[in-house]
Amino acid sequence: MEKILEVENLNVSFNTYAGEVKAVRGVSFELSKGETLAFVGESGCGKTVTAKSILRLLNPPFAVIKPESKIICNGKDVLKMSEKELCEFRGDEVGMIFQDPMTSLNPTMTVGNQIMESLMIHKKLDKNAAREEAVQMLKMVNIPSPEKRINNYPHEMSGGMRQRVMIAIALACNPNVLIADEPTTALDVTIQAQIMDLMMEIKTEMNTAIILVTHDLGVVANFADRIQVMYAGEVVERGTTKEIFNESRHPYTWALLRSVPRLGSKSKEELYALGGTPPDLLLPLNHCPFADRCEFCMPVCKVHKPQETVLSDTHKVSCWLMHEKAPKVESFYDRRDK
Amino acid sequence: MGEYIVEAKNLCKYFKVGKNQTLKAVDGVNIQMKKGETLGLVGESGCGKTTCGRTLVKLYEATSGTVLFERKDVSKLRGKELLAFRKDAQIIFQDPYASLDPRMTIGEIITEGMNVHFHMSEKEKEEKVNELLHKVGLNAEYANRFAHELSGGQRQRVGIARALAVEPKFIVCDEPISALDVSIQAQIVNLLMKLQREMGLTYLFISHDLSMVKHISDRVGVMYLGYMVELASNYALYDNPVHPYTQALISAIPEVEPDEEERKKRVHLEGEVPSPINPPAGCRFKSRCKYAKEICGQEMPELEEIEPGHYVACHMCGKESW
Repeated sequence: MEKILEVENLNVSFNTYAGEVKAVRGVSFELSKGETLAFVGESGCGKTVTAKSILRLLNPPFAVIKPESKIICNGKDVLKMSEKELCEFRGDEVGMIFQDPMTSLNPTMTVGNQIMESLMIHKKLDKNAAREEAVQMLKMVNIPSPEKRINNYPHEMSGGMRQRVMIAIALACNPNVLIADEPTTALDVTIQAQIMDLMMEIKTEMNTAIILVTHDLGVVANFADRIQVMYAGEVVERGTTKEIFNESRHPYTWALLRSVPRLGSKSKEELYALGGTPPDLLLPLNHCPFADRCEFCMPVCKVHKPQETVLSDTHKVSCWLMHEKAPKVESFYDRRDK
Repeated sequence: MGEYIVEAKNLCKYFKVGKNQTLKAVDGVNIQMKKGETLGLVGESGCGKTTCGRTLVKLYEATSGTVLFERKDVSKLRGKELLAFRKDAQIIFQDPYASLDPRMTIGEIITEGMNVHFHMSEKEKEEKVNELLHKVGLNAEYANRFAHELSGGQRQRVGIARALAVEPKFIVCDEPISALDVSIQAQIVNLLMKLQREMGLTYLFISHDLSMVKHISDRVGVMYLGYMVELASNYALYDNPVHPYTQALISAIPEVEPDEEERKKRVHLEGEVPSPINPPAGCRFKSRCKYAKEICGQEMPELEEIEPGHYVACHMCGKESW
């Protein structure tokens, strides 16, 4: 498959009063055309920062993308782009859906104008053509009577409708890559199902590649092709959806899977709750980031950082348990089936 | 058991909005809760879950209908009896960031209720605060901290400690976990269930996370636009949902096991919830219901018992026509 986005050794730091917070530490991944890649992890694990750095939406000098990082999109080096090139790049080649539909639309502009804005800048359409195109976009995201709705302000719409408008804005210029940062977290389950179905329909229609940032494992299970599990700014496990859900090998992935109640289960036993908190990213971290909370922690985990072990073409794990000398442990699946 | 601790009969709560318009947030809800049980309440945003919970603990005055707490009509309570009710019925709020006073220390927040209800010396209070903090899994030193120094999960624990401080019998948990991370959600739910076992509390657990509600509840009620469409034990509701809205809600949950999902046929729900201001006559779900017939537009369906303990409000359910 054709590669559209390549991120290599991405390092992002924030300069704060307390010191340098290393929010993303050496994240690498690739994205092919028409593929959905999901970032999963707790709050503060660097999912959103990774997604935002692809569009260079982080504020310098507060946030710094380190020089050793590499982001190649469509053959172009994003980190070397000038401000003008960036403006052309954003929205045209990569679209983004932000987390909170209530606050990410401009309250002083009609939704029509907000969709037309990018069409007029990127596609050089005149006002009437852009308006027609905007009506088409609203129709595509299933907003009833789009000719009327185009004149509405965001406050006249419900949460689900606003998220549809966000999707329409992001897709207006037919981007190759769509970054969806928690697109359904603020929405109800029924609306969530509608929005996710809509995004998948559009994906097959336009062959857009999607990066889905979320902490909802259910959404991921149903809509992602590949998953990368992130923890404390690192990718700890990556694989296809089947591999992550059915054959995962990292204790953190197990902990995530165990903490969600399953609808099918009959027992009222306690949910698994992961104790402790993620490591402080202000401090240097040269060992496994999950070591302090890991129930299988070995002495080596607190000294050296594990290398990524390749289990298959797609499935890779960073954990010392993969080492040939490591003891066999009872996995999430062994325990569940008991 | 057998005796109901909380009983709501035909509970209604209307809000006036603008000129001559009423928003019927809760419209004819009946709830009966036994001591020590957990009733889950689910539904989409704006369906009246929170209003229902707040009316039950008398944060809102009911427009009509009655709330009985230990067989006493809550709206007629005065003086000492009202004070006792305020002690027995507590609420844990949705947003742990907004529900704690930023200018008070955690210790002050927790003792505020105790000052009203108990006569305790400073020393006793301090001991009680330490004990409560320990119970909800926080270190005693947190008593001198402020809310902004704590994480979301820790704040929600303070919210729980505050509710427990006055030794209540009944707690309304108004979306206590929706603002939290997955791993923290599990911690809070485990804590709530542990406290219930230890102290025999009765919970009304409001949430839109259906799998979590199923996990914690004994019975679950599904609300739609201000009324209850289905009420059943949690297993019956999830294994055999009868109302078309419940079916749609349950099939909209993305399952964590991908293979299971492939087998499950999804029922799609079109459109959004209509406005609760001047809602349509008849069954309120009819605009999104694929089984809707003529009768649904004319009469509001009543909650009927179709199996022991399983109630449904639908004209078409159990009829041969579908």
